Amino acid sequence: MRVLAAMSGGVDSAVAAALAVDAGHDVTGVHLALSPDRQTLRSGARGCCSVEDAHDARRVADELGIPFYVWDLAERFTEDVVDDFVAEYAAGRTPNPCLRCNERIKFTAVLDRARALGFDAVVTGHHARLEGGRLRRSVDAAKDQSYVLGVLTAEQLAGAAFPLGSMTKERVRAIAAERGFAVAAKPDSHDICFIPDGDTRGFLTRRLGARPGPVVDAATGATLGTHEGTHGFTVGQRRGLGVAVGDQRPRYVLSIEPVTRTVTVGTADLAGVDVVRTGRPTWTGPPPQLPLRAQVQLRAHGAPVGCQVTAGPGGGLVLALEQPQRGVAPGQSAVLYAPDPVRGDLVLGQAAVARP
Amino acid sequence: MTYLDHAATTPVLPEVLAAMTEQWGRVGNASSLHAAGRAARREAEQSRERLAEVLGARPSEVLFTGGGTESDNLAVKGLFWARREADSRRRRLVVSPAEHHAVLDSAEWLAKHEGAEVTWLRLEPTGRITPDALAEALGDGSDVAVASVMWANNEIGTVSDVAALAEVAHAVGVPLHTDAVQAVGQVPVDFAASGVDALTMTGHKLGGPMGAGALLLRREAECTPLLHGGGQERDVRSGTLDVPAIVGLAVAATTAVTSRPERAARLAALRDRLVAGVLEQVPDAQLNGAPLDDVVAGGPGRLPGNAHLSFPGAEGDALLMLLDARGIECSTGSACSAGVARPSHVLTAVGAEAARARSSLRFSLGTTSTDDDVDALLAVIAPVVERARRAGR
Repeated sequence: MRVLAAMSGGVDSAVAAALAVDAGHDVTGVHLALSPDRQTLRSGARGCCSVEDAHDARRVADELGIPFYVWDLAERFTEDVVDDFVAEYAAGRTPNPCLRCNERIKFTAVLDRARALGFDAVVTGHHARLEGGRLRRSVDAAKDQSYVLGVLTAEQLAGAAFPLGSMTKERVRAIAAERGFAVAAKPDSHDICFIPDGDTRGFLTRRLGARPGPVVDAATGATLGTHEGTHGFTVGQRRGLGVAVGDQRPRYVLSIEPVTRTVTVGTADLAGVDVVRTGRPTWTGPPPQLPLRAQVQLRAHGAPVGCQVTAGPGGGLVLALEQPQRGVAPGQSAVLYAPDPVRGDLVLGQAAVARP
Repeated sequence: MTYLDHAATTPVLPEVLAAMTEQWGRVGNASSLHAAGRAARREAEQSRERLAEVLGARPSEVLFTGGGTESDNLAVKGLFWARREADSRRRRLVVSPAEHHAVLDSAEWLAKHEGAEVTWLRLEPTGRITPDALAEALGDGSDVAVASVMWANNEIGTVSDVAALAEVAHAVGVPLHTDAVQAVGQVPVDFAASGVDALTMTGHKLGGPMGAGALLLRREAECTPLLHGGGQERDVRSGTLDVPAIVGLAVAATTAVTSRPERAARLAALRDRLVAGVLEQVPDAQLNGAPLDDVVAGGPGRLPGNAHLSFPGAEGDALLMLLDARGIECSTGSACSAGVARPSHVLTAVGAEAARARSSLRFSLGTTSTDDDVDALLAVIAPVVERARRAGR
């Protein structure tokens, strides 16, 4: 196969590319220049992406003896991921930009271009299994990234390859070290790539400005204080609410109302939800028959919970949860799994939470 | 492999390799007073004389540098500083927007850090700078520190009439620097006859080593150094002379200049066949720069080995990648430090739309180029462009 290895400059995509070469594929490496934040990069008109990461990726490609290019997708990334992220927060929702990037950049913009240029598949360093066209959790439960891939369709998965799904992160680093890759010990990235300092609230405030509004107690309706913008809050959030209530019981964000800029908070007993309504789902394979018993994962590193899936109004889903969940926010992706302890939990599809 | 990127760098000539290998076998610092030093100095000075002779300069006008970028920086910054020191009103730089980044970024650095003001020259659609455009930009010249116009453009190959430009600059008392990195060995270059005050050349574009170049600087020109130290090169440039590289540079320049008439004719014919063949296969491709048979000041108006074409609807980086996969090596112009292909600033400067600037490729022929190379390109260009266009949609 002719495959395009997306190489971020990290250890995972380096090893994924190496394994693709070992498997006998005709591999071309591509680094995606995504960063729209020219401040963090080489200054000046020609600055466009992280020079260091591109260098690290190129070093690995040169060691593997494969062609290597940099594709400038900063404009698409800005529109489809960064602007979407800001707009979602402005609308009181909680987006996952990594999922959005996989959906619209890596497995749309890049995959489409790769196919047009004559490649059969895009190889990435995601920790997930993809066998027989079906997407499953990685064997490394702690590093599993199937959640952020749950949005892909069967058509997209047909053009994807994830060589790392059957190994642990430890093994990935060991392979990188055996091959003498300089990135073998490079730290994992945790932050949102376009917010390198990790200060999401500060980033959103710079983009959206201060938009003050009230913090209201759900039980009494009393205004407990003011905030500088609803974008500083996520449903389920407990810390940093900036309000004090006499009873000393912790308060959680229950809902965010962007029009009146009202952040409603309440005690733990009010913070859980047991029914989640979603928008239209996407499926990784043939659409399953409803109703359906499944597991749902509601955030990137959240624990899966059992649920009954039924059809909802407007083509959406209704998820009846077996245990109430805290911090279920509109905009989050609910990724559905069919548990399979042997081959790895099968990803069925996902839908965005409409309202809990 | 089909190497069509001689404007990026050229294969080292066998006689250069032999001469440098011999030099690397000996010891001696050209500044030392003992026998080994004297022997090294003799080699360096012979090379200086040879280089001066083939370029129409005096030996004392040859300053050896670390290459084209250093020579450009030294000329633009050094002449600016020295001229401003002599008269504080001289703060203006007159520069072509199609210059190499070594000149552009030097000018912009001076504007940002040294209070310089940059006047950008008006370009003809071919990329040429006319004497009228220079005269207009210079005005009475009293506030101008230095003007810089390249002899031949590295991307689209357009040659300017540097002698006429020097005359215009001198009429208002302004020194002219020219970046002749691409011109030497491809078109006739005579430093004295051109009248320019400073000229940049480098070794690796004409079969010599990388990291070796020269700035030809008129004896009377005041130039403030960038590198301070032993003052080896007329106190304008310091650093132990790299004798093997200097010998290689002189051998390469001598060979390139003396063999130029025959080679230029051969490359122009090959280049013309390449362009005609591409236009036949891809009828809507567009040739950028001056016409193939263009003439300026009685000589070629376009570098004989240069073919620069736009392929509407296709991205340059996709074309480059598809050609690379088929064993054909060419260039899209410039890339940022991370490797992202950028729209050519030269095409943008001559008024091309961003889409055209992004859809262009440079094929540059040199000593090793043959009919087989042209045939190899013509065998694949049509399907490659078609595929790239599908990817661009």
